[in-house]
Amino acid sequence: MYKYDNYDQTIVDERVAQFRDQTERFLAGKLTEDEYRPLRLMNGLYVQRYAPMLRVAIPYGLLSSDQLRMLAHISRKYDKNYAHFSTRQNVQFNWPALETVPDILADLASVEMHAIQTSGNDIRNTTSDQFAGIAEDELEDPRPYCEIIRQWSTFHPEFSFLPRKFKIAVSGATEDRAAVKVHDIGLYLVKNDAGEIGFNVIVGGGLGRTPFIGPSIKPFLEKQHLLSYLEAILRVYNRFGRRDNMYRARIKILVNDLGKEEFTRQVEEEWSHIKDSVLKLDQKEIDRVKGFFTSPDYDKNATDDESFDEAEKSNKDFSNWTKRNLFTHRVAGYKAVVVSLKAPGIAPGDATDEQMDHIAELADQYSYGEIVVTHDQNLVLPNVKQADLFSLWKKLSEKNLATANIGLLTDMICCPGLDFCALANAGSIPIAKQINERFDDIDYLHDIGELKIKMSGCMNACGHHHVGHIGILGVRKKDEEFYQLTLGGSAEKDACLGDRLGPSIAKEEVADVISKLLDVYVEQRQDEERFLDTYRRVGITPFKDRVYPKTAVKEKAYANN
Amino acid sequence: MRIIKDKKISDDDWVIVRELDDSAPIPEGNVILPFSYWQANRDDLLKQNSAHAVWIDGDIETEVLSDDLEHFLIIGLDFPAFKDGRSYTHARMLRDRYGFEGELRAMGNVLRDQMFFMFRCGIDCFEVSEGKDAEEALKSFNDFSVRYQAAADDAVPIYKLR
Repeated sequence: MYKYDNYDQTIVDERVAQFRDQTERFLAGKLTEDEYRPLRLMNGLYVQRYAPMLRVAIPYGLLSSDQLRMLAHISRKYDKNYAHFSTRQNVQFNWPALETVPDILADLASVEMHAIQTSGNDIRNTTSDQFAGIAEDELEDPRPYCEIIRQWSTFHPEFSFLPRKFKIAVSGATEDRAAVKVHDIGLYLVKNDAGEIGFNVIVGGGLGRTPFIGPSIKPFLEKQHLLSYLEAILRVYNRFGRRDNMYRARIKILVNDLGKEEFTRQVEEEWSHIKDSVLKLDQKEIDRVKGFFTSPDYDKNATDDESFDEAEKSNKDFSNWTKRNLFTHRVAGYKAVVVSLKAPGIAPGDATDEQMDHIAELADQYSYGEIVVTHDQNLVLPNVKQADLFSLWKKLSEKNLATANIGLLTDMICCPGLDFCALANAGSIPIAKQINERFDDIDYLHDIGELKIKMSGCMNACGHHHVGHIGILGVRKKDEEFYQLTLGGSAEKDACLGDRLGPSIAKEEVADVISKLLDVYVEQRQDEERFLDTYRRVGITPFKDRVYPKTAVKEKAYANN
Repeated sequence: MRIIKDKKISDDDWVIVRELDDSAPIPEGNVILPFSYWQANRDDLLKQNSAHAVWIDGDIETEVLSDDLEHFLIIGLDFPAFKDGRSYTHARMLRDRYGFEGELRAMGNVLRDQMFFMFRCGIDCFEVSEGKDAEEALKSFNDFSVRYQAAADDAVPIYKLR
């Protein structure tokens, strides 16, 4: 993974000093609340419903075991012994005291971490594929480009006060595991007819109140032009993005208002001025950064193992886990292991200090000391030898980290919701709990198969509900929590937004309604169809009819009049 | 006006004229005029043998004044609020694209914690807001000794030095 040199370390150290000074000035009354707010926000520090929340950057989700241990330490020393992993592959602390934040940042800097640009109207943490570097379907490792983008965007003097936040994702694989098309800028590594690798540039995707699947504005961009092209897009956005209404300020609105052609023309025009400037990347730099993302020294005899097959045959719990929580590795005899942070009764994405320390130990022991945070709020140990899987599984089970539910109904994406967030209209975590309690039969979950439930407590869509196979959006009606369901969304290569099922439903009915939807799926499914496939084939009507029988709909319509 | 120019505190006699009717007579003294006034009275202003200065806000595109740059000693860039970042791009366009070598003066809500970014975009003069400590503000230029990316101040990105 990337290692800081003196320059990188100096920047994070100086950032700690700067933020310490800003916080001291605030506490001394030299900065007003209004003046301090944007400063703390540029450093991931929100004041939430009950306490401040500090968001820490995990560039493209990659952590070393020492970094994970530091997160555990921070949660113990400054917080309530847990941390929350977010859909931006970042981590959040929900209870730090404001005056301790400079010390937390100093602790983070000691392990090459920071909270720079984890909030504010600037370029946020660049996200990527959690299986980058090990996936079989990968054309090229996207992480070096994420790191190049991280450095270019860090304290970018021109783009630190954009109309709104700005998110970039990069994927290098055939399957899209990074939700690339719902980002402000999405980059796919692609090969052109001449066999060269470059980027397909997607702009203006996004969720929130006005969701869009982003269009491609440049099907092939040569790598050397990556930064100049990004700078051109950002400059057009900084000049012309709307600033009069924060809900219309993301780049997706600009792209949609101008139209893809006109927006592209403006970017190309701007690019023509800066394309051959110092922004042009030289191959030497690309190669230097690539040099940090090398493969470990894999055991050539890893395939000789027979214990794995035997354990799978003899232990049902283990085989349930291997069916769901392993991902094919490009090196034979190795697997990537998904550590589920979605155990029943736990807020999705939360890990305790003890669990974090435990995972760090296991990463050292079994996976070359690296851990990856996924955008669906789990952790990955990317390089585990087949022969070690059974012992790893047992050790994960000891700390409630081996729930065999990856990609299943209970592997939900969930925002912090009303329990923590000042913006939320409704709870998300209690709904996750309700779903977990209802669907606690592992065999049933495995039978239902892949099903992505994504849940947001308000229309800002931090839980990506638009692109869930089943999306759940919390709304508020007459001061009560209701939930709006959507079906058929996807954040992958076939990205699309879910369709609204019907009127929102009461809080206590969510699990019942999901149960009805699953009944329809089970009745209608053919062969190996997933929920999403069946939905796409049969359409929304059978689902709608089951959840809202005709008479009930009429009665409701009558009641509303 | 109390200003920070080239990282030093000083006073100068330039006055920013925030609002001026296009038909008003040309003000006396060293004035930084609204660009709309300049456009409306360009010929008359050019007949005067004085130094010229104008200011723009985020709504005025730098392309519009690019042909007139040779006449300006100072261009004021307005920062109406912390969040309005358009003038950062204005500064870079004026410096990098149009080669403006005169003074770029940040005016309005100029906050100490943004001066580092402004400076990097090519702004070399800062209006010191009433009640703010200019000596304290000077420190902010030293907030960071390393800059990852090229901008109007550094010609090369840091990686070229690695």
